[in-house]
Amino acid sequence: MAAFEGLSSRLQNVFGKLKGKGKVSENDVKDAMREVRLALLEADVNFKVVKDFINKVKEKAIGQDVMESFTPGMVIIDIVNKELTSLMGETQSKLNKSNKPPTIIMMAGLQGAGKTTTTGKLAKYLQKQNHKPLLIAADIYRPAAIKQLQILGEQIDAPVFSLGDKANPVDIAKQGLQQAKENHNDYVIIDTAGRLHIDEELMNELKEIKETVKPDEVLLVVDSMTGQDAVNVAESFNEQLELTGVVLTKLDGDTRGGAALSVKAVTGKPIKFAAMGEKIDALEPFYPDRMASRILGMGDMLSLIEKAQTNIDEEKAKEMERKMRKAEFTFEDFLEQMEQVRNMGPLDQIMDMMPGMGKMKNMKNLNVDEKQLARVEAIVKSMTTEEKRKPEILNASRRKRIALGSGTSVKDVNRLLKQFEDMKKMMKQFSTMMGGQGKKGKKPKLGKGFKFPFG
Amino acid sequence: MSFFKKLKDKISKKTEEVTTKFKEGLSKTSSSFTEKIETLVLRRKKIDEDFYEELEEILIGADVGVNVVMDLIDELRTEVRKKKIEDAADLQPVLSEKLVELLSGKEDNSLNIQETGLTVILFVGVNGVGKTTTIGKMAHRFNSEGKKVLLAAGDTFRAGAIEQLEVWGNRVGVDVIKQQAGSDPAAVIFDALQAAKKREADILLCDTAGRLQNKTNLMEELNKIYRVIKREVPNAPHEVLLVLDATTGQNALSQAKLFGEKTGVTGLVLTKLDGTAKGGIVVAIRNGMDIPVKFVGLGEKMDDLQEFDSEQFVHALFAGLIKDEEEREEADEVSEE
Repeated sequence: MAAFEGLSSRLQNVFGKLKGKGKVSENDVKDAMREVRLALLEADVNFKVVKDFINKVKEKAIGQDVMESFTPGMVIIDIVNKELTSLMGETQSKLNKSNKPPTIIMMAGLQGAGKTTTTGKLAKYLQKQNHKPLLIAADIYRPAAIKQLQILGEQIDAPVFSLGDKANPVDIAKQGLQQAKENHNDYVIIDTAGRLHIDEELMNELKEIKETVKPDEVLLVVDSMTGQDAVNVAESFNEQLELTGVVLTKLDGDTRGGAALSVKAVTGKPIKFAAMGEKIDALEPFYPDRMASRILGMGDMLSLIEKAQTNIDEEKAKEMERKMRKAEFTFEDFLEQMEQVRNMGPLDQIMDMMPGMGKMKNMKNLNVDEKQLARVEAIVKSMTTEEKRKPEILNASRRKRIALGSGTSVKDVNRLLKQFEDMKKMMKQFSTMMGGQGKKGKKPKLGKGFKFPFG
Repeated sequence: MSFFKKLKDKISKKTEEVTTKFKEGLSKTSSSFTEKIETLVLRRKKIDEDFYEELEEILIGADVGVNVVMDLIDELRTEVRKKKIEDAADLQPVLSEKLVELLSGKEDNSLNIQETGLTVILFVGVNGVGKTTTIGKMAHRFNSEGKKVLLAAGDTFRAGAIEQLEVWGNRVGVDVIKQQAGSDPAAVIFDALQAAKKREADILLCDTAGRLQNKTNLMEELNKIYRVIKREVPNAPHEVLLVLDATTGQNALSQAKLFGEKTGVTGLVLTKLDGTAKGGIVVAIRNGMDIPVKFVGLGEKMDDLQEFDSEQFVHALFAGLIKDEEEREEADEVSEE
């Protein structure tokens, strides 16, 4: 989205300017805050939350710490990031557990937020930790909602309790709970019907279920693409049901998910999980610090580094990083890198985590497409070893041969060579950027100065 | 005659029933929105920076989108300078008119229905916006117009999606063409197209699985469905409707753009407008790109899907403001006499 990325890169420009300054005036701070404000609003953060937030940051940023610092710009960015993180709850928040099993989890939310799917994902998540969840199908309104939960239950081999769509949801919940006790299920997840928060009749039904089963968790499922209204929804659900937490869904889209921030800020209830994909195991614990970077369009370096750490050989990475800095990077390295990156998961998700993506996506040559990658791989593999090491020797006839060998056209080969050059440049940028991030070292276990080796 | 009177006259010519539907559906939206603007004008008598900022927030609060709002505020500033407006109250009519301008479009909202032969309508959108429900409601609509309707269960991915469409098929009394869950959606659509031709159906409504617009593979799958329809029926699909949840924020722009690229979206269906959502995103989309809103979902009942009428929408949304205008005009008339 052009408008979208425009803002993100504008924000980075402002921060970039600040970074370079030895001294930051009050006006500089004001300008920066204006951009931050717009970025937050564009990310669908609620305007009231934005207002409070900006005031808080301004107060701190104009304080003496910043003025006295050698790198005032960095300090301001840090303040923004920290405040945003604290607004979202600082640390990751775990599921409540009942002293006496079963632990009862009740799901609530608007239509289409993804309650039923999340119920299935949550069950899978619990199963992975050796729990035995029972799912209760209490959505009797939406056509085939029960069927949907049953299919999900089958997929993960979890029991689903249902009394059909004629029974009263309160009875369904009660009897389901009974069954869980008899069968020694240690977790119970109740899927309820989606409803408008202003629909009293249905809200009362939810309240009744809640009174009857006394859940340990009442989770509000929120679509991360929701706009400004997210706050009203969360507020009224919270008023009526006293939520214990929030699950954000569809976070694998290209939304910035400002709704997340607002919901936490307004209800004070922690975001416990985020759903990040279509597969049944795509539910992850929520990390506020990472979300903060995402909302600001600064990428999610921590997740990226973590993924990289588990999947990339550190020795190799160091070597690669050195090569990159010295611009010795060749097509051979490129192939190896591609393999490693692939190990980390779907490319589009990885790209989303990177800072400066706004700028990169604007480069027409850079297309995030797995198929495209396969083609690129074919081209590189059609090169001789010498060509891979010294791409500059690729003349017209060599390019023609490579195109033939890889089943592509000379145009494709040329494009790749161009991209390769662009990439080299970008990597240089990245490696300097990452150097800065590593030193801050929020997570010591990452090892000092771990640098991330690809672009 | 003032702008609002004209609007009101136009509305009064339309059927009472539709107007009520719009009014009821939008009552939450309109009351909070208008109230806010009114209190702003009352509280801040002067037009100053704070006034603009608050106005900005109200509009952004309705999901109108930062860029559109900035432009609007700039326009207002020029207007204020030109006309030398000082009182906030004097700005209100200007503001109302600008808002209405933003919402009302001249484009044709009606569906492109073939007079003879088959009309194919493809529904696309992200997960959970209400595609299947919209199809059910639309099937009901066409069915009661006496048209022969077929549904294609192209969502073979989400658990229970085919069953959900079948329930709708039974309710409305139309046939559903389906295959097993997990089969190739393009093949299902192909089958449905053949069946529709053979049975001489008038309308074929094609459901698809919800997908996030940044998933390249899934978007390519959708593009394949689109190509299959194009190939099998000349000039089809006659409509590609992007279904949008009215509570969606700025991400809707990205949705409209990317779905548009892959399937040539011809119109929008805005669902769940009966909540407190303001649907301001319609304004953002209208300004960002040229896709008309064709239908709005104003409730949960079968007949709560209404053809979008920008005049009705504006009238319902700004009901409060319009009333004020009228009172003022009447007062003016009295004083003139």
